[in-house]
Amino acid sequence: MSQSASSNPAAAPAEGHAPHKSYLTDGTTVRSWLLSVDHKRIAIMYLVLILLAFLVGGIFALLVRIEHLSPGPTIMDAMTYNRVFTLHGVVMVFLFLVPAVPSIFGNFLLPIMVGAKDVAFPRLNLLSLYLWIFGAGLALWGMINGGADTGWTFYTPYSTTTTTTVAPILVGVFILGMGGILTGLNFIVTVHTMRAPGITWFKLPLFVWASYGTAVVQVLATPVIGLVVLLTAADNTFHIGLFDPARGGDPVLFQHLFWFYSHPAVYIMVLPAFGIISEVVSAFSRKNIFGYRMIAYSTLGIAFVGFFVWGHHMFVSGESTLDAGIFSVITMLVGVFTAIKVFNWVGTVYGGAVDFKTPFAYFCGFLFFVVFGGMTGTALGVVSLDVHWHDTYFVVAHFHFIMVGAAMMAFLAGLHYWFPKMFGRMYHEGWGLTGATLITLGFIVTFVPQFLAGNYGMPRRYYEYPEQYQALNVISTLGALMLFTGFFTILCYLIYALRHGKLATSNPWDSHGYEWRTASPPTTHNFDGPQPFFPEEPHLYTTKPAPEAQHAV
Amino acid sequence: MQSETAAHPPSRLAGHFASLPVQDNAARLGMWLFLSTEVLLFAGLFVCYASYRFLYPETWAAGSRLLSLPLGTINTVVLIGSSFTVALAVDFAKQGKNRLVFFMLLLTLAAAATFLVIKGFEYSHKFHAGELPGVHFHMKETEGLLPGMPLFFSVYFAATGLHALHVIIGAGVLTWMALKAWRNHFSVGNYVAMENAGLYWHLVDLVWIFLYPLLYLI
Amino acid sequence: MDFFKRLLFLPEQASTFASKVDELHVFVLVATILASIGVGVTALYFFFRFRRRERHQTTEYIVPTVMTEFLFVSVPFVLFLLWFALGFRDYTWVQTPPRDAMDVYVLGKQWMWKFSYPEGPNGVNVLHVPANRPVRLLMTSRDVIHSFFIPAFRIKRDVIPGRYTDTWFEATKPGTYDIYCTEYCGLSHSKMLAKVVVLKAEEYENWVKEQRMGDKQNRQDALADTTLVSPRANLAQQGQRLVGEAGCLKCHTVDGEQHIGPTFVGLYGREERLEGGETITVDEGYITQSMMVPGEHIVSGFPNVMPTYQGKLHSMETAAIVEYIKSLRTRDVVNTASKGPVYEPVRIQ
Ligand code: HEA
Ligand code: HEA
Ligand code: HEC
Ligand code: CUA
Ligand SMILES: [Cu+2]
Repeated sequence: MSQSASSNPAAAPAEGHAPHKSYLTDGTTVRSWLLSVDHKRIAIMYLVLILLAFLVGGIFALLVRIEHLSPGPTIMDAMTYNRVFTLHGVVMVFLFLVPAVPSIFGNFLLPIMVGAKDVAFPRLNLLSLYLWIFGAGLALWGMINGGADTGWTFYTPYSTTTTTTVAPILVGVFILGMGGILTGLNFIVTVHTMRAPGITWFKLPLFVWASYGTAVVQVLATPVIGLVVLLTAADNTFHIGLFDPARGGDPVLFQHLFWFYSHPAVYIMVLPAFGIISEVVSAFSRKNIFGYRMIAYSTLGIAFVGFFVWGHHMFVSGESTLDAGIFSVITMLVGVFTAIKVFNWVGTVYGGAVDFKTPFAYFCGFLFFVVFGGMTGTALGVVSLDVHWHDTYFVVAHFHFIMVGAAMMAFLAGLHYWFPKMFGRMYHEGWGLTGATLITLGFIVTFVPQFLAGNYGMPRRYYEYPEQYQALNVISTLGALMLFTGFFTILCYLIYALRHGKLATSNPWDSHGYEWRTASPPTTHNFDGPQPFFPEEPHLYTTKPAPEAQHAV
Repeated sequence: MQSETAAHPPSRLAGHFASLPVQDNAARLGMWLFLSTEVLLFAGLFVCYASYRFLYPETWAAGSRLLSLPLGTINTVVLIGSSFTVALAVDFAKQGKNRLVFFMLLLTLAAAATFLVIKGFEYSHKFHAGELPGVHFHMKETEGLLPGMPLFFSVYFAATGLHALHVIIGAGVLTWMALKAWRNHFSVGNYVAMENAGLYWHLVDLVWIFLYPLLYLI
Repeated sequence: MDFFKRLLFLPEQASTFASKVDELHVFVLVATILASIGVGVTALYFFFRFRRRERHQTTEYIVPTVMTEFLFVSVPFVLFLLWFALGFRDYTWVQTPPRDAMDVYVLGKQWMWKFSYPEGPNGVNVLHVPANRPVRLLMTSRDVIHSFFIPAFRIKRDVIPGRYTDTWFEATKPGTYDIYCTEYCGLSHSKMLAKVVVLKAEEYENWVKEQRMGDKQNRQDALADTTLVSPRANLAQQGQRLVGEAGCLKCHTVDGEQHIGPTFVGLYGREERLEGGETITVDEGYITQSMMVPGEHIVSGFPNVMPTYQGKLHSMETAAIVEYIKSLRTRDVVNTASKGPVYEPVRIQ
């Protein structure tokens, strides 16, 4: 089939007998992990750390939900609550979701998918891991020693005057951002210079396209937030007053700079997730991607247009009417690009051969949540409606639908799809589907009531709330407990599978994705010998030769 | 491309690259991307500058008159000169003339040091006169003071401080290159490192070329 | 319609804007629900119809036709543009207060709302407005950013220190509605609540008259949560001390004489002629602004020499000075209403 096939050990890689050791067993000392420049080992270390961060963020989320069981004080005081939701947001965004897919799956798979032995700058890659650890450590230190209470948006002048420890967390965010830039830079250079012979731009797996688009956004947007958090930290510690109206500064300028990063950042969170879905949907329906080019171009479209919509977070913050209109209309365009993707995923299933395994179950949930979450985003972009919805639970529900319902589901789909690739073992399918069901149902129960609470007028970041909102809040809390059960189940059977799972063959899903052409788990250099050659496009399941002329886009 | 790897690969080639030109290309592309992030970092500051200049035009004009034009101008000349010596260093590296590279880098480092010393003088004068950002602002003649003046100095210190930090980092990188040149590292086919270091130094220079007129002249 | 409103938990509709915006609200959300169910059901049907029948099943190579691609792009595009157009129409409407609107000044501070009327009375945490009459709110903050939200009116606007923002509404139903602060502003953000009381026109007139009798302020404030009100006498006394310390008395007098600057006596509520010829009514906001950005409005006949006190006076000190200046007013100035809107809100482009 391809030259690289020869390096595939035909049977399950029995350790020691295979000609080359798998990356997992090639060196077993702690040092061989911590100083490894192998992109796969770095990815695995990221996986462990980032899941820990998710656990921390999740515990903060549960505290928020439990506090909301009753309208008055329930388990903590107002100050604690304010810190808890801030830290929930900070951990989930900067420690978990922004780095999650690029640093774990991107690191692991992108080089393999382009047929390279590693990313372009392996040492920078390791450095980015340590930047993550350092940044996260600094932020955690700040959380323990005082903890910020500003919300993850750090709006001035509140963030420059509060007595809580904001500065270390801001500096932590800056360092995490540097790590992100290095990862992104690595991906761009890898995709540009290290593609194996035969892989043209339009034969790249869509996951690579998505990672590439993400990397561009990351490289271009992160420096701006880097500067903003540094200035805010300086303002908070040295009172340089750059955004403080008491000294002539302009707090709205801060918001512009903040959202100039943070809106593109939401695409950093979701684009790689879209990439995972593109892989999963074609692997499990055994179909070539319907509208490959449209999905690839829409990735670039989202990445580009995403830079010009930041003002939709500020419709009621003193923007001029004209600005609001312009930002609103551009916001609509992002929705169109995403819709293209959604329709093409559904189109991919058409005429396919669907195997309803765990990753596909997540795709199923993902599809519903991304349309609902995305369209409520577009609804928020409708200016007059945002006047009512801004800073209510409707917004909270919108972004959880996309960040948990879409991005997190895609993350789980990828985790299950690539689990045998990464560890060479299979998890239990029955438990997998149970977990997916729990997560999907728990998710609906948690966040649908929040849409209703938002419609009803309940503001976000409220420690206490008027009584009429209690019923909705209690339902939401129950849902969150269900979500926790779901995540806990997944954690248990995956850890069990690591040691006791069935040994997987090198391609348990019979997938035609590029990454499955190497052994599972791959050897240290992915491909032994010279760079392999890739004659056909990924996910070609047809016996007929692919028609040369594609339909024009 | 593939055939090159079959031959004895030169030791400089890292295992994961197909060939040396690919590796050099990757290094260059990486550097350019890194420079673009640096540009965007400063772009944020320029946005702050522009917004506040728009809000307080007179203050900004008055503020720039408080800065020392001669010192700023000398610094500009020094930096442009250092960019020239770096460009020469890159050129000599391409020809493998390590002695000259080393010499040019020494000149550049001297310029960087001069720049920082002059900047230090400017800063200490500002500290003395109380022309400082935010709460620390305490100029003697409050009479006729325009609103937003502390803000001017916030932007001034943030921008020049960040730039000075870049000068220091750049000087560090150039020192490293000078050591390489000392050890006869560069040769006709092997100069990407020097080229990239040179690019970084040009960026540092370029940022100053924007800061100088914005802060000192207008 | 009513069914949908209940389904979507929309709050009571009590303003002209609310009824305008709700139809779009329902349309947008129902379209969202239908689209996601539509996509979901189609996908489920495909999953079933095209299930895998054998292990290494091959599939046909299918790519979209130009027509399909065109539909993929144009259907959402047209739908979303329609949403935008309807939304933007309503938004411009709510951004343009009518000329005859009645003004109320809103001051947000941690963690209370203060309302003052050009006609005189003012109140804490309770806003009285007449029904069926446009009301414009001119809002500023003393400390951090707050946001003024009345769910029943569907209006919201951030309240920003150092600048004025505005919004307006026309209440349609007498009653009492909630006001929330929706921008996170610290410890008691969730307790920064207030009420808006909508009165019938004649009741409102009566209320205003009542407020003007006797010691108005105390009367009004008594309605509210007294724990939130800082002791007035103390504030004014503090202000008296501060004007000396801060050097205001070098240029301003408190005995009615004009000096380098205008006298403070009777300043509050006065109609001041400005350099450009227009007039302005002196209220808390204007006094604050005079201290922070003195060059913004120059009183005609005076030089532009007043220094800024930005960063030199804390917000509470500013408040104290304002209260002191207010205490220097003559007996009946507060009963004269200002004419028309006095503030063009300062907006950033
Ligand atoms: C991963 C994260 C993520 C993603 C991907 C998005 C995606 C989008 N977001 Fe979201 N958003 C957030 C995370 C995210 N958002 C967060 C965290 C906040 C709150 C920040 C804070 O204040 O703390 C926020 C807030 C937010 C606001 C501000 C609300 C407010 O504070 O008042 C707005 C306003 O326009 C908005 C809009 C959008 C839009 C238009 C998209 C679009 O990209 C969505 C595009 C997708 C679709 C449109 C779905 C596909 C469409 C179809 C399949 C078409 C269907 C069919 C037919 C037409 C028949 N978002
Ligand atoms: C990626 C982003 C992300 C994720 C995943 C979540 C997840 C959740 N969030 Fe979060 N949330 C935010 C991002 C996120 N949130 C942001 C940005 C804000 C705004 C903050 C601000 O206002 O400043 C916010 C705010 C926010 C609020 C509003 C607070 C307020 O305004 O007062 C609420 C309230 O219910 C909430 C709830 C939840 C719940 C119940 C979950 C649940 O889904 C969590 C469930 C998870 C767990 C219970 C952990 C269990 C994990 C394990 C057992 C180990 C995992 C192992 C494997 C998967 C293998 N969130
Ligand atoms: C150097 C002299 C000077 C000092 C000191 C000074 N002012 Fe003024 N002030 C003026 C002048 C002149 C004007 C009129 C021109 C203008 O509007 O700027 C003025 C105008 C004002 C106004 C608007 C008056 C009106 O009639 O509209 C207020 C309110 C005010 N000052 C308050 C203060 C306060 C409070 C302080 C002290 C904290 C203070 N001023 C200190 C010179 C001064
Ligand atoms: Cu005021 Cu929140
Ligand atoms: Cu956004």
